[in-house]
Amino acid sequence: MHWPIDLIVLTFVIFCAIAAISVKDLLGTAILFGAYSFMMCLLWAVMGAVDVAFTEASVGAGVSTVFFVAAVFRTSRRTKD
Amino acid sequence: MRVLAFIIVCLTGALLLYGTGEFPDWGDPQSPASVHLSNVYIEKALEQTQVPNLVTAVLADYRGFDTMFETAVVFCAGLACFLLLRDFREKKERYYRHTPTGVILHVKDSKKIIKVGKEFAHMDKNWVPSDLIIKSVCRILIPFIQIYALYVVAHGDFSPGGGFQGGVIFGSSLILLAISYDLKTLVRRIKEKVLGIWAAVGVLIYVGIAAICMPMGGNFLDYSVLAPLVWDPHHVRALGMLGVEIGVGIAVTAVMAIIYINIVSEGRHEEGL
Repeated sequence: MHWPIDLIVLTFVIFCAIAAISVKDLLGTAILFGAYSFMMCLLWAVMGAVDVAFTEASVGAGVSTVFFVAAVFRTSRRTKD
Repeated sequence: MRVLAFIIVCLTGALLLYGTGEFPDWGDPQSPASVHLSNVYIEKALEQTQVPNLVTAVLADYRGFDTMFETAVVFCAGLACFLLLRDFREKKERYYRHTPTGVILHVKDSKKIIKVGKEFAHMDKNWVPSDLIIKSVCRILIPFIQIYALYVVAHGDFSPGGGFQGGVIFGSSLILLAISYDLKTLVRRIKEKVLGIWAAVGVLIYVGIAAICMPMGGNFLDYSVLAPLVWDPHHVRALGMLGVEIGVGIAVTAVMAIIYINIVSEGRHEEGL
């Protein structure tokens, strides 16, 4: 009985992806990318790929979010388009 | 232009979705990967490598070349960040805080350098140091994160994890130090040169272990010929994997710190997030 969790998490992934490209605030986008990665991590874990989930959690949700925030800190917080 | 871009994105997305329809079902026993490859790994991996975690066995042994060049790619990412962003010019203006009174000094003369110690502390222009609670919590948390990272590297043969994940966790503990205190604290503790050397040493450990196999009479990355060198010849392939995982961990740790420091300080290594 894992398919409902699967679908719920997948819905969140799509919401996070759409929100990340439509939000004007780049800091918000960075955080949304973190949430997206975390949802993907849950999805991998549900599918049984624990190693991939671990990588996604540490690299995707952890370090790359910090890199995005660092880049936003040094550039601008608003998008041009 | 925007409409054109939107149409292209939609077309590409539709094409990808169309392609996905041809994929085998999730867990389909008749898919090509399950018919030929997976069976061999599942049946033979434990017997051949003595590593219970099949993912590690595939990544570090059967497909060791792949992982070796992935490590090289990570090293190149750090190198690219360094070459693009590093800025060796000295900053002209400096800010200092007189610790007992809290008065902030703005020194515009680059030759006038105030000695930092008990009385004066460095201060970033647009970064207010975090408060005592954050500092204390992170100070307690960081050693545990680092021990966990070492555990992930060392236990990669038996449980999920390995060099990449452990290295990233160790690197994020260093980043946490820079965020909770300031960038200078991190740069003072781990010199830039040390980070650069570590990144190269990590890759060299991997390539070295792989290359030692050749004079011992085997192929590149064939750990089984290393049996006379290790204390436990029965587990020689597991130990070879542990060795390369340690190399990967060292390289990834150093590269994460290099990327963070260079991005956040615009290559100046002085002040940052």
